Amino acid sequence: MTLYVASGCGGTGRELAPYADLGALGGFVTRTLTLDPRRGSRLRISESPGGLVRAHLLQNPGVDRFLTHEMPWLAQQGVPTWASVTGASLDDIAAVVRRVATAPGLTGIELNLAVDDPAALRLHDGSTPKGAAAAVRVVLDALPDNLGLHVKLGADVRRLPALARAVAEVGADALVVGGALPASLPNGTPAELSGPAILPTALRAVRAVRDELPEFPLIGVGGVTSAADARAFEAAGAFAVQVGTALLHDPSTLARITAELEEQS
Amino acid sequence: MTLQATADVRASERIGAFQHVTLAAPGVVETFRPGNFVSIALHDGSHLSRRSFWVHRVRSSSSSGATIDIVVRPTGVGSSWLAGLGVGASVDLIGPLGRPFAQPKQAVPCLLVGEGYAAASLFPLAERLVERGCPVSLLLAADTAAEVIDGLDVRRSAEAVTIVTADGSMGAQGTIAQALPGALQRSGASVVYAAAPAASLHAVAGISEQHGAWSQVALEVPQPCGTGLCHGCIVPAVGEDAIAHRVRACAEGPVFRGDRIQWGLL
Repeated sequence: MTLYVASGCGGTGRELAPYADLGALGGFVTRTLTLDPRRGSRLRISESPGGLVRAHLLQNPGVDRFLTHEMPWLAQQGVPTWASVTGASLDDIAAVVRRVATAPGLTGIELNLAVDDPAALRLHDGSTPKGAAAAVRVVLDALPDNLGLHVKLGADVRRLPALARAVAEVGADALVVGGALPASLPNGTPAELSGPAILPTALRAVRAVRDELPEFPLIGVGGVTSAADARAFEAAGAFAVQVGTALLHDPSTLARITAELEEQS
Repeated sequence: MTLQATADVRASERIGAFQHVTLAAPGVVETFRPGNFVSIALHDGSHLSRRSFWVHRVRSSSSSGATIDIVVRPTGVGSSWLAGLGVGASVDLIGPLGRPFAQPKQAVPCLLVGEGYAAASLFPLAERLVERGCPVSLLLAADTAAEVIDGLDVRRSAEAVTIVTADGSMGAQGTIAQALPGALQRSGASVVYAAAPAASLHAVAGISEQHGAWSQVALEVPQPCGTGLCHGCIVPAVGEDAIAHRVRACAEGPVFRGDRIQWGLL
């Protein structure tokens, strides 16, 4: 079972390195990058039982600063790095992919279409089959052949089957299914709920896509804290899982899951 | 080197408004530098955020081995749980974390300004500065006498200790902003180190600059993970490249030069 670090939960990689062998992972997925920097607000995270609620403002330094300040270390350490990307328009998405694809050491792109309110965040709307397919098409056009493409679709089970089919028809190496759910911070700021509390919803999402696309490679994400959780995603039809919020609580989670999986095999 | 370990509670004592918790932490003690903090996780399976704590005292050897003391104000779920732990209980501890205070190369007079429990982080610093021959003055502030942090050893080695409380129940009645100009003049300090709520740190940064002193401030903002992974403790700061960035209090801080923080945006 392959493990990934979920987008937005591994810092720049350096901060996670003391607790996990990043080179042994399926991949380290960066926080989502946009063409220009995006700045976050102050109150960004609060607790909910078994979960964290995070304002999703795509706060990131912009693709250029990522390439100069973060990517070189990841490449030097041999970390299989997946750049999570999105953009305000199809042109923006293509531009981000073209820039990031020049980075030595990059393994692939994770196109992030799992944003619940793209208009509010000034993003291309990839939540419809048409919008998703168009985004995947521009990424494929901009992507060198040696780089992989994962497409993150979210956890909305009513939309997922049609969305997954549309993306699969254009082409991708895997779909990332599950992940944070729309939520609100106590002060009303739009946010996302992640952590063990959402695991059952992510399993349902993976099953929904598996039913629609019985053969397509799926990566499950949402609430994984143990090898048993990873196995549950495998049983639902995923070949790999991403570990995210659990790392914020215990940065050694990946090492522990790896050891648990080895013990069981 | 940052370590994650299971740390046993060796002592826990209520002093005024704060619980002083002593934890066995051999690996942390060896690499700790003043300004570093530690991060502790709750074990209840429900609360996922880690909690960050200032280190009040570091002992490389005592009857309990290598220990650190942290100062806890029991107000929320995490701090109340930690303050209520008995001797022998254990916690998941990560530390030392964060960028420490930069210490002067020469033995210059230093003024250490602390408010409430945050002042804890200044006590290991005071010890180091005194060892290096720096004349150290302390300005301690709090709302009430019960919230003036305990720490007699360091107070004895200081040149001067000024205490102010908002209600006048200990020392003079007043705030950091009111007492700082006088303390700066009396100490002749060229470097000010501060640990306090953000509003007081803002005042420290401004007043220090007016008096021609450098300030370094230990900033406390909520830190969901404490380890740099979540980007949830964002601070607007101007970098060495003179460009404004959003940086993490836990990873690029918690200690910043006072003149680097964009206080109006914080």
